[in-house]
Parts: sequence; structure tokens; C-alpha cells
Amino acid sequence: MSANLEEILAQGLDALAQATDLNQLDQVRVNYLGKKGAFTLQMKQLGKLDPDQRRAVGQVINKAKGEFQQKLEQAKTTMQEAALAERLVSESIDVTLPGRGQSIAGLHPVSITLRRISKIFASVGFKVVEGPEIEDDYHNFEALNIPAHHPARAMHDTFYFDAHTVLRTHTSPVQVRAMEAEAPPLKVIAPGRVYRCDSDVTHTPMFHQVEGFLVDTDVSFADLKGVVYEFLRAFFEKDIQVRFRPSYFPFTEPSAEVDIECVMCNGKGCRVCGHTGWLEVMGCGMIHPEVFKSVDINSDEFTGFAFGMGVERLAMLRYGINDLRMFFENDLKFLEQFN
Amino acid sequence: MQISEAWLRELVNPPVTTEELVEQLTMAGLEVDSVEPAAAEFSGVVVGEVVAMEQHSNADKLRVCQVNVGDSESLQIVCGASNVRVGLKIPAALVGAVLPGDFKIKKSKLRGEHSSGMLCSEKELGLAADADGLMELYDDAPVGTDIREYLALNDKIIELDLTPNRADCLSVEGVAREIAVLNEMDWAAVKVTPAEITHDAVIDVKVQETDVCPRYLGRLIKNVNPNAETPVWMKESLRRSGIRSLGPIVDVTNYVLLELGQPLHAFDADKLTGSITVRLGNKAEELALLNDQSIKLDGTALVIADDKQALALAGVMGGAATAVSDQTKDIFLECAFFTPVAIAGKARQFGLHTDSSHRFERGVDFTLQQRAIERATQLIVEICDGGAGPITEVTTEAKLPARNAVSLRQQRIEKVLGIKMANNQVTKIFEGLGMQVKKHAEGWNITPPGCRFDIAIEADLLEEVGRIYGYNNLPNSSLLMRSELGKAEEAVLPIARVEDLLVDRGYQEAITYSFVDETIQKAVAPDDEFIRLKNPISSELSVMRTTLWCGLLNAALYNTKRQQSRVRLFETGLRFINKDDKTLQQKMLSGLILGTSLAEQWSEKSRKVDFFDLKGDLEALFYLSDCQVSYSSVKHPALHPGQSAAIINSAGEQLGLMGMLHPTLEKQLGFETQVFLFELEQDLVFKKTIPKFEMLSKFPSVRRDMALIVEEKVTAAEIIKCIHDCKEKNINDILIFDVYRGEGVLDGYKSIALSLILQDFTQTLTDSEIDAIFSKVLEKLNNKLNAKLRD
Repeated sequence: MSANLEEILAQGLDALAQATDLNQLDQVRVNYLGKKGAFTLQMKQLGKLDPDQRRAVGQVINKAKGEFQQKLEQAKTTMQEAALAERLVSESIDVTLPGRGQSIAGLHPVSITLRRISKIFASVGFKVVEGPEIEDDYHNFEALNIPAHHPARAMHDTFYFDAHTVLRTHTSPVQVRAMEAEAPPLKVIAPGRVYRCDSDVTHTPMFHQVEGFLVDTDVSFADLKGVVYEFLRAFFEKDIQVRFRPSYFPFTEPSAEVDIECVMCNGKGCRVCGHTGWLEVMGCGMIHPEVFKSVDINSDEFTGFAFGMGVERLAMLRYGINDLRMFFENDLKFLEQFN
Repeated sequence: MQISEAWLRELVNPPVTTEELVEQLTMAGLEVDSVEPAAAEFSGVVVGEVVAMEQHSNADKLRVCQVNVGDSESLQIVCGASNVRVGLKIPAALVGAVLPGDFKIKKSKLRGEHSSGMLCSEKELGLAADADGLMELYDDAPVGTDIREYLALNDKIIELDLTPNRADCLSVEGVAREIAVLNEMDWAAVKVTPAEITHDAVIDVKVQETDVCPRYLGRLIKNVNPNAETPVWMKESLRRSGIRSLGPIVDVTNYVLLELGQPLHAFDADKLTGSITVRLGNKAEELALLNDQSIKLDGTALVIADDKQALALAGVMGGAATAVSDQTKDIFLECAFFTPVAIAGKARQFGLHTDSSHRFERGVDFTLQQRAIERATQLIVEICDGGAGPITEVTTEAKLPARNAVSLRQQRIEKVLGIKMANNQVTKIFEGLGMQVKKHAEGWNITPPGCRFDIAIEADLLEEVGRIYGYNNLPNSSLLMRSELGKAEEAVLPIARVEDLLVDRGYQEAITYSFVDETIQKAVAPDDEFIRLKNPISSELSVMRTTLWCGLLNAALYNTKRQQSRVRLFETGLRFINKDDKTLQQKMLSGLILGTSLAEQWSEKSRKVDFFDLKGDLEALFYLSDCQVSYSSVKHPALHPGQSAAIINSAGEQLGLMGMLHPTLEKQLGFETQVFLFELEQDLVFKKTIPKFEMLSKFPSVRRDMALIVEEKVTAAEIIKCIHDCKEKNINDILIFDVYRGEGVLDGYKSIALSLILQDFTQTLTDSEIDAIFSKVLEKLNNKLNAKLRD
């Protein structure tokens, strides 16, 4: 190799070493390998040589050029890697900072409870039906076998608009309306707001109930017990004890109150269950023949059961809420607990 | 009703513990609310007898007594009670006794005299709320006997919460009958011995209203001892049922009420004028009742009257003028059957509720009066002496309630209750309940007793079978019923989906009362005709909402007052609005936002929400419902006139409203920030069209932007409509991407930048075709809206 070529290579490698960034490196590449680069000029001079010499010298030049190129690539790779590493460092963030964007809110615990109840019953074909909240005396009382002056009316604390128009005191009128609208067989649940003229620590003038009923040719009290039992186990997601106590509702006969083993103390007895170990959660019974009569259903052919439950009560038991009034204060700090 | 367990056990005493007995009652439908001890805890008190007494030398009011407590030596006890006297038997607390309230009795000295114990009043033993002297025991009380044993205080008070159909259990006898059936044993009815008739004086009784008073019995009892005292056992029985002792005559009537379930009333016979008439009160007739309340009769209430005036509100309460007192010598004892219809609602009408009205309303055994008046006479004569006269009875048999046989078919037991039951088991249950049973081919004919007002149809009998058999012993069966395949409606958008959308967009669901304060109702919707509750719980909850905004605004205020700077709420529910004399109950969906657009965070610049934040949420909602809507500026009293819109569907129906709360209202309600509201009518919104497939174009789409200068009053909707009106089928979409006012745009004008997305189904659009569409659109915009291209 000529001294000149050696010098070019040495200078070239030196220049590579001197380069501090990719731009400088590229400049070095142009200086040596570009159209007017040192190596390129050397190659151009080959033409002036003898053909014999040309090959030998050419090989020498190519070797030097190859060595330069290899070092250049090396330098480039090193520099790219360093640049990437630097970028990665500079772009590092605190991943623990919160993300941007809208928060997701939630449904009211009463709605959550209503949805769960509806879902459980819908899964076996119950249809969800709604009814008016301003109701006439006939549907709220008369058709449900509660004539005027019936002692049961005193238990209802009714809100009146006039002598014949009330705010419904229960969701049971929907039962009558549904049976007026459609012939059996019927499987219906009716969730909604109900109103009683009563307000204290354990009563709000508005609350929610779910009424459910089933009418068919062979429905017995045993079916009612089965449905209620399965429902309560599904609702509380627990194999709880359930008991049926005889009770009285004008629109069912036989009638029963349903108690569950207290979910707060597992039936051992606590403040919530009044130390009895039992909690009253719903009323139910076989639909009264008088009710069937008022909607022209033959009670010899058809039998049916109905049940009604307080939604707030179930929500309180499910989520351990201890103050009924919180449901309607709509304090975000309360509501957000159920999101 | 509360009754003593010991009293019950006198009539029927099954071999079960108190806990078991209570469980039996509850599970038979007589719900036990509570079981309390009959007396507070105390010990070390015995029957004592004052054998000697001296005045205390150092205290006027104290006496030094020698008390025999059954030991060989009597005890010296200092006592201050006024009724202490030699020979009196009293409860004596010995040294070491512990009285209610953990009060320990020790040896002490009272003004220099030793005292080894304490003589007690009823109050000190926790048997009465107050007392004015020592508790006086019978002369035959055995000295030295523990007072708890002597008074049978180791008893329990059982409180029953009876359903209105079980009036038959509003007595000790009634509950005893139930207990007997449940334990398959006999019970002993109270023995009643008819009184010896000692005189023949009577007071005539006339019943005008035989429909509602089919039976009336009266009897004069003369020369009762006005100084007689109610015996301790009776006082104790009454006390355990929560009834105060009011003198022996009244106590006896109350005792018989509890024992047999028959209300009775005693008049002071000397205060009666002439005969007794059962009639309706006259209009405006006044009656002063026993409770010092004076009522004005209305012509519908039944009264007991003499020749002069109304004396008592029949079946509810006696009058003050003829009340028995400690001067009464002769009494007229009334024992009647008033029908439930006669009494129902009457007590409540006058704001009264009495033990008597409670029973008559629900039904008193109409066969009981003879027995009850004899029982009361027997007790009065026993306690107060006096002589009974003959009974005057006015009974209209035809008006007495009927007790018809009800048929129970054997197959219905299986069909309704899901069990098979043997003939003798059925008979046993009903006979135990006092019913007559006759077998017939398909089952039984069963006649209920006079005390049962709740047995009229077969279902009532089925309940009795189930109840006595035990609901919990009936089988549970799984759902064996006809099933149909469910529906999957696609043309209705489920409300749950919309709620979820709002929730995901940061709206918290609220539930507010359907009745609101009239002030806020009028402020928010002054033009709506609302309806008013006749008996609201308070003025804050007195009118029905015509918009859900009332409740949502209140809920938002509740939260802003509790340091919540960002509130997003929605509610679903009915509104109640009068239109054309009809009250409409419409399902609404309403929402509200205030505060910053994003929850406070570190990254984005904080910004208050505005109209378009709310509109964006609504557009998302309408996108779900496929509802084609347009927005047009609207005036609403609750909303800012420049920032409110009516939302209208393609059929021209108004679906709802949205906008900024009017600044005046904002201030009036107490908000410190702008509030944006929407309300939609659910039924109009939640329709969905079932999607129909359209071919996709295989050719590329082209975007052409234009910036238009238009007058301020020209709305975006007008521009878009104008472009649609060109009916260019290749215009696929129109997108507004900028609105600009300021430098380069004249005052009163604005620049709106929009893009046309162009696409053809059959070819790639050429430049000249695109230019042609562009020019056509521009020309139309220019002609219609005087829009010009921005330079």
C-alpha cells in the first residue's frame, strides 16, 4: 500500500474517531467515500495505471476503503445506540401519575339493586312492566280487595290528590293492570317508586318496591316458596336460611312474610335484626280470588302467587348501609361508593 | 297487644319453654315483637307485716316500725310513707336486697334511729311509674314469702304484632286457643258464673240503628263500694298488658276486654237521664270525651245517648259527663256488638285510637256479649260489692253477622298448598280453631265461629291449613311452569344502555323525590301546570314535579355546599304535568353538569364546562338511538335565552330541552357557577331503527376544505342544511372543523371552516368533477346565506 493511501486511511479513521454526532460522521463519510471523497479520488486515479498494476493497486485501495467503511458502520451503530439510549432516558416519565381523561361515574345503589333483581327474574322469563305512580283508588285499593275503611288502609299512610286519586302506596296496582291487559299465563315483575305519608329515621315518603307475580293453571304455594327461596339465595349470593311466616295482606290468601337469616350476624342476633337472628325482607302469598275476580280470571282454573319487596331494604342489607335517608340526599360521597 | 305469659298459661300450659312458645306464635302468624321480663330485676324483698309503729322522735314525717318478715325477731325499719299503719302488709326489702336500678339496701341510721331495711312502694319495685305510698298487699299475704314469688313476677310480657284479620287473637282466650291447636291440646275457657240478681231496676234501651248495633246488653249494678280498691293481681295483669289502673270499675272492664276480647263501658247511672238510645249523632252535636277532648259530631257517627244528650262515641270512647268516679254508687254496664263497618274509620276521623275501637273495627265475637257482661258483673261484685239487676238485651238477630259454611275441597289443598292431607288431620285443625266441620263428597263444609271475621272463602281455609301445618313444613318446588322464548327487541333502545352511556361519560345517577317545594317548582317551570298533594308531609315536598330539574338542582346544590366543585348528575323518572285537564305522567331523562370539564388533574389546562360539553354528551346519546335531531334556539324561563335549545326530531316533535341555567335563577338558587341542564322525554328518544345494510364504495374519498365568511346570525345548522339541499349524491359527509372571529374577519361576521367528504360509487372522482360540486355548493351558500369564501 502506498504511503499516501496509508495516510488517507489513518486520517480517515482519525476523523471517524473525532466525530461526535451522526451529522459529523456523515460529513466524514462524504469526505472519504463521497463523489469527491479521498477514497473515491484514489479509485479514479486507477485508470491512469497499467492494467497489471491496476488490479493490485485496486485491491489495496478496496481493502483500505473496506476497513474505513467497517469502522464507519461501527461508529455509526455506536452513535445510534447512544442517541437512542439518551432519547429513552430523556423521554422517561413518572408512570405513577394519573392518566388523563374523563372519570366514569355510576348508578344509584337503588338502581343497581333493581337491575340485579330484574336480571334474576328475567333469566326465567319474567317480563318487566311499569305502571303509573299517580294511581286511582280502584287500582291501588279496591281491585286489590282493600275496600274503603278497610283497616289495611290505615297501614298505608296514603298521599291523596283527591278522594279517588292517590300516589300509589305499593307496586301491587301494576299486578291488576297487567292482568287487565293480558290473559294468563303471566310472569311479571313490576319495579318502581311508591309513596307513603311517613317520614322518620326508618321511613322516607318515597321508596322503591318490586312486585312480582305468576299466574298459570297449576301454581301452588310450594312454587312460591321455591321461587322466593331461589331468588333470595341468588340475590345475596349465599346459601342463606329462609323462613315463611303466616301474615296478612288483603290481596293474597294464604299470605306470608319472608324472613331471612340476618346477613349482618349470620343469624346469631345483632342490633340490625333486633337480636332475633331474622330479617323481614318481603311479603308474598297466593293471589286472592277477589283480585282474580276483579280482572275476570277464573280462580278455579288459574292460581297464582305474588310477592313484593322493598328495594332500599335489600340494598341496605346487601351493602351494609345503615341510614335509609342517605338514598335520597344524593351526596356524591355516598353515591360514588357504589361505582 | 301485650299479655303476660303466666296469664296465658293459666288457660293452656303446653310443655314448651318461653322461647319455643314465642316461636310457635310467630310461625303461626301471630308475630311476637318482643319478650320482656314482667318486672325489673330485684331481689331480697319479702312480704312483711307492720306489727308495731311509733312516731320518730326527731322527724315529724318518719315513723319507726317493727316489721315481721317471718323470722323469730321482727326488724326495725324507719318509714316515711303516709299510709303506713299497724297490721298493714307490705313488700319489705331486707338488708342486702338489691332494688331496680342496682339500689342496694344497707343497715342505716335515720336521724338517730336504726333501720334494717326498707318498706317499698310499687314505684320502688319498678311496678309503676309513680306511687303515692307503700304498696298495700292483701291481709292474707303470707309473711316472709319472696315478693317475686307472691306476685308471680318471674313472668314474661309477650308483645304480639297482630295483623288486622286476626281480631280473634286480641284476647288472652283467643291466643290460648291458638296455642292449644299448635300444641294439639285442650284449653280451658274462663269460668263465668252468672250473677245473682238482687234487684229488678233496669234502664230502658232503645236501638235505632240496628244495622250497626245488632246487639246491646245493659245492666244496672247498684250500691258499689266507692272506696273499693283494685286487687293487686288484677292491677298486675293490666300493667303487664300496658294498661294503667284507673279504679276498680274501669279496671274490670279493661280486664274483661283483655281476657275475652269484649270491650265494655260503665256509665255512672246517677248521671243518666231517662233511657239509653243507640242512635246516630246529630249534626253539630257536641260530645266531651273521657280524654278531655271535645268533638263535634257530623251525623254519621254512632253514639250512645240518654234522653238529654250523646253520652259516648259508640265503640270508641265514653263521655266525660257520665264517667265513673270515686263517688259512683250505681253503674250502668254496657256490653254491645257494633259492626266493624260502624266503627271503621270513626276513631281515626276524630283522631282517636282506643283498645275498644281497635277491636270493634276488626270484629268482636258477636256471640260473646252475654258471657262478657256476666264476667264483668262477677268481678265487679267480687271487688266492689254492689248488687246486679237483670240484663236488658236488645238483639236484632237478622242483623248479626252470618256465619255460613265454607266448602273446602280436598284437591285444592294439594293444588294450592302442594301437600296431601288426611281427613282426620283437617278435621282436627278446624275443630281446634273452634270451627264446625262436616264432611262432604269432595271435602268439608266448615263453619267459622263468631270470633272469626276472616273466613269467607276457600282460600281463607287453605291459609288456616297451611298456617297450622306450618308454612315451613310445606314443600319448596322449583319453577315448573310454561316457558316462552324471550324477546330481543331491536327497535327499542333499552334505558339501561342510555344510563350506562351517561355513567361512562361521568354522570352519577341521582334519585330525587317526585314531590318538590312549590317555590323551586315555580321558579324552574313557571309556565307548567303542576298538581298539589292534599296531605303533603311538609311544604318542601308538597307539589308534584313537572320537571326533574327541581330535584337535580337541589341535589347539585347539596353537593356544591359540601365542597364538590364538579358535579355531573342524571336522573330517570316520571314528571307529572297537567295538560288539557289531564295529568300526564311522562318518563323523562334529565341531567345536569357544572364545574370543570375534567376532574381536577395535573396535565390538561382546567376549563369550565359549557353548552357544547353537554351537547356532546347528548349527541352521543342520540347516536345510540339513531334519532335524527336538530337543535333550535329556544326561550325557556329557566334557561339563558342565548344558550338554550329545543331538541327536535325529524317528525318535528320536541324531544326535550338543553341549555344554561338562567343567570338570575343561578343566583337565586345559590349557585356560584354556571349550570347546564338537559331534559328529554324517554318515549320519543328511545326508538331505534333496525340497521339496513348499504353498499360500500370501492373508490377513494376526497376531502375538500372551505372557509366561509357569514354573518353572525347564520347558524351552522343552516349551512349544513343548505349543502344538503344541493342534493349532491357524492357529498358523503360534512364536517365543521373551525369557527373563527377576530383579525381578518369583520365585526358581526364569523368564519366557519368545513370539509366536504366526497365519494362516488362508480368511479374515482376527477378534479373537474370535484371542482364542479365545490362551485355548486358555494354558489348555493352564497345565494341562500350570503356566504363568501374567506380569502
